[in-house]
Amino acid sequence: MPNKRQRVEIVNSKYLGVIMAMFLATAAYPLQAKDLPTFNLSVKDGKFSPEKVEVPAGQKFKLVVKNEGPGTEEFESSDLNREKLIPPGQSAVIFIGPLKAGSYGFYGEFHPQTARGQIVAK
Amino acid sequence: MLPTAIIVFREVLEAALIIGIVLAAARGVVKRGAWVSTGVIGGLVGAGLVALFADVISAAIAGSGQEVFNASILFFAVVMLGWHNVWMGRHGRELAQQMNAMGQAVKEGERPMHMLAVVVGIAVLREGSEVVLFLYGIATAQQDQSGQMLAGGALGLLSGAVVGLMMYFGLLRISSKYLFRVTSWLITLLAAGMAAQAAGFLVQADLLPAIVPTLWNTSAILSQDSIPGRLLQTLIGYTDRPAGIQVLFYVVTLVSIAWLMRVYGGIPARKTKTACVA
Repeated sequence: MPNKRQRVEIVNSKYLGVIMAMFLATAAYPLQAKDLPTFNLSVKDGKFSPEKVEVPAGQKFKLVVKNEGPGTEEFESSDLNREKLIPPGQSAVIFIGPLKAGSYGFYGEFHPQTARGQIVAK
Repeated sequence: MLPTAIIVFREVLEAALIIGIVLAAARGVVKRGAWVSTGVIGGLVGAGLVALFADVISAAIAGSGQEVFNASILFFAVVMLGWHNVWMGRHGRELAQQMNAMGQAVKEGERPMHMLAVVVGIAVLREGSEVVLFLYGIATAQQDQSGQMLAGGALGLLSGAVVGLMMYFGLLRISSKYLFRVTSWLITLLAAGMAAQAAGFLVQADLLPAIVPTLWNTSAILSQDSIPGRLLQTLIGYTDRPAGIQVLFYVVTLVSIAWLMRVYGGIPARKTKTACVA
């Protein structure tokens, strides 16, 4: 039945349209100026250093996590709603906030016992 | 061994649940197993490639390559799931009404199983690449003896597979009259959750505004780090601290698929009625 098939194609194109619009909305969002406050930490042998990072509350910031190895680490924090794999030798850039004042835990998913730290927003 | 098993289990869980749902949704489809296996194998190959090129992906797009990659494949999976549901909305009723087994088999053959296979592939690719990187990491760090590591990995994989099987057999207990409706809703919720997750990645990369950084916090009631939280995260996209935009993407995806299923799935029935009246 060609009629039905045609209609299915219309469905598909319409639905794709919705998704494309979402993509375009994403692309149209202007890249923010990258002069946000930046905080660095590193992870080595399954441990973060420093394990406590103080950041200003109420302001978006950039967290740069360098993985000094060995192996891949995954920066994970449900407090911050963030997760990111970091290959050894690389630095991951993670945009966070603005945060309300308080303490936010994070951990390395591949070393959950030892790789733990917190971000304190003041 | 146990820590390895737990980490692998957490990664495998999502893919296992998705495979369970897809298998149940495709009940009665000819060559269902072949389609799903193709998805799994494709996903495993993809996982190996993603793990191999993890550093290239991470370094791309000013360090946001990983987020853009994850968001893109998630959106792709959302389209596949939505497309499948709308197709099933149109044809599911006819299939259910047809008692002629041969006619049904022919119709089922037309069903866009390749879309579900792609969704399975994407789920396996995402979780699988993390498992590969994790196991490779501990293998090189030699924290654990490799035998123990393999045993832990296998235990984690097996536990994940058991949960996937429980999902599948649980769904099969539902009367076939309602099975399609239940799996359609599960797939719609799965898609909405994936869209929200994709939006989260784009916020993390600063490519989308969060609108509200944390719209609500239900971590005290149900932490997404807990196993039930993790299950719900995969099944309905539960996040204990969602950004505003994630909720927006969730609702828009849910409403869009539900609306498209209603509009296009309802046409044949309405048409018949009008024809009867005329």
